[in-house]
Amino acid sequence: MNSIQELFQKKDKSLLSIYFTCGYPELGDTTKVIAGLEESGVDFIEVGLPYSDPLADGPTIQESSQKALENGINLDIIFEQLKTIKGTNKTPLVAMGYLNQLLKYGEDKFCEACVACGIDTVILPDLPMVEYENHYQQLFEKYGITNVFLITPHTSEERIRKIDTYSKAFIYVVASASITGAKGEISNSQIEYFERIKKMDLQSKLVIGFGISDKATFDTACEYSNGAIVGSAFIKHIGTNGVSKIAEFIKPIIS
Amino acid sequence: MKSKFHPDKNGYFGQFGGAFIPELLHPNVKELADNYVQIIESEEFQTEYKSLLKEYVGRPTPLYLAQRLSDKHGAHIYLKREDLCHTGAHKINNTVGQILIAKKLGKTKIIAETGAGQHGVATATVCALMGLECTVFMGEKDIVRQAPNVTRMKMLGAKVIPATSGSKTLKDATNEAIRYWIQHPETFYLIGSVVGPAPHPDMVARLQAIISEEMKWQLKEKTGKENPDTIIACVGGGSNAAGAFYHYLDDEDVELIAVEAAGLGVHSGESAATSQLGQVGIIHGSKTILMQDKYGQIVEPYSISAGLDYPGVGPLHAFLYETGRAKFMSATDQEALDAAFELTKIEGIIPALETAHALAVLDKITFRKDQVVVINLSGRGDKDLEIYTKYLEA
Repeated sequence: MNSIQELFQKKDKSLLSIYFTCGYPELGDTTKVIAGLEESGVDFIEVGLPYSDPLADGPTIQESSQKALENGINLDIIFEQLKTIKGTNKTPLVAMGYLNQLLKYGEDKFCEACVACGIDTVILPDLPMVEYENHYQQLFEKYGITNVFLITPHTSEERIRKIDTYSKAFIYVVASASITGAKGEISNSQIEYFERIKKMDLQSKLVIGFGISDKATFDTACEYSNGAIVGSAFIKHIGTNGVSKIAEFIKPIIS
Repeated sequence: MKSKFHPDKNGYFGQFGGAFIPELLHPNVKELADNYVQIIESEEFQTEYKSLLKEYVGRPTPLYLAQRLSDKHGAHIYLKREDLCHTGAHKINNTVGQILIAKKLGKTKIIAETGAGQHGVATATVCALMGLECTVFMGEKDIVRQAPNVTRMKMLGAKVIPATSGSKTLKDATNEAIRYWIQHPETFYLIGSVVGPAPHPDMVARLQAIISEEMKWQLKEKTGKENPDTIIACVGGGSNAAGAFYHYLDDEDVELIAVEAAGLGVHSGESAATSQLGQVGIIHGSKTILMQDKYGQIVEPYSISAGLDYPGVGPLHAFLYETGRAKFMSATDQEALDAAFELTKIEGIIPALETAHALAVLDKITFRKDQVVVINLSGRGDKDLEIYTKYLEA
């Protein structure tokens, strides 16, 4: 069974996931951040693979990716870092990157490396469904890897139903017509959209992301889903405070 | 007739193309993909498009036999004078077409990216003409080196937003335009080259195809034959080359030469010669050949010309390269500058720096005396005067 599925079997309400950028703020911080998040009680972690041209990301994640790349991070180093904590880290990891990274690194090599680090779930925001059906579904299945699809306020019901059948870990509900980055609050139109998705009674677990930044937005999102993902706000926090004060950011959200 | 150089139903030219876009853009791209061919082929569109091209853009553009240039290189060299189009480059062929498509789809807000500023100006121009709101993304570095075009866009009522990420040039302007599009899916992304997610590359190629459509009858009039021996065009993303090649793609007797910017030299580390330096990858929603490191991080290209320093090429061009249908050559900054001054001195035509790269390969080719060569003179050099001034003073 997929590690995220297992997690949802134990707990299926108000799961907190945190996105972080590998190699940020310092090259060696990848494993420190994961350890800090685990200690703070985060349910699962999105491991951001820094990319030069992250189209779906807002300024905060773009800048952190740029900094991490300047620090010298690359996929070889990331997989080495993650291997060192395999066994000690108990919090499920989800890899989030862009398709070109996988293409150039080698699709099979990438999948093998994920498996070797205990990662069995990936999010590739620029992987379209048709390419998944034609090629990547088979590739991922070969390695026991599950792909997470994103849905947005503009995704048709027909398409959501189809995504529901493909989703083994969860569906990533993009909170608004947006790239990543905190907006501060959740609007009525977003709530209407969350309610619409909730009423579809999908078999998949739902996790809301993009624009979730604090306890208030997290709690609201969790009313309509199984959990929520915080990214940019956390990146800002460690950018300012370093990696030793992770609990200070996490505790208020899950208290 | 179905050509092997037309994309398949998923927007692929061979292994290149496709639409690698975040889910949020799916409805927009699908709406366009479902409608663009039907719109472009409709009588209503064709009438309006052709009328605007004639009355507003000033088409057909001349196919001029450059006699002194021909004498120098020992061939019959014709210049397809896209530089005489309204706004000074071929870019407006595409913007006139896309603005009509946008209107047909009921879109009122237009966004665009621009490198040298020619596409931005051409977009701002048609938006002014149609009374539509226009926002142009332009790399911060390009805003400085192509200042006159920034003023033009602003005069035309466009909002110019500087792209401050990455190399602060065309690649980053395109990233910013796509990010804005994701956040504002009601807008129409009027892309400036044969790049981006399907169907954009094919749509833009069809709208630029007017260049080779005219070349066919103009050559017939002047030489008795529709087909030249050779067509030469510069390639950044590749829209002017796509237009100049389009109606000759299946005519294998016509040699197609695409010229990339070699910057300070193909292997100097400061270059934009994508076909020589790139590998298969994904950029701006399209699978193509692109300059990247071993981890798939996109490498920042360099060229003196703001319209050619793009780390990818359109998927059609990647396919032309892979299949050998087009020959890819390159010209350095210096060779392009020399060629620009040569054309100016012997023909009285100041070309754009981009176009000068196409002219620069004339010195690298041995022609037959009776060889008929068409160079797509994609734009004029007014915007490059600052760089030309420096060259004069050097």
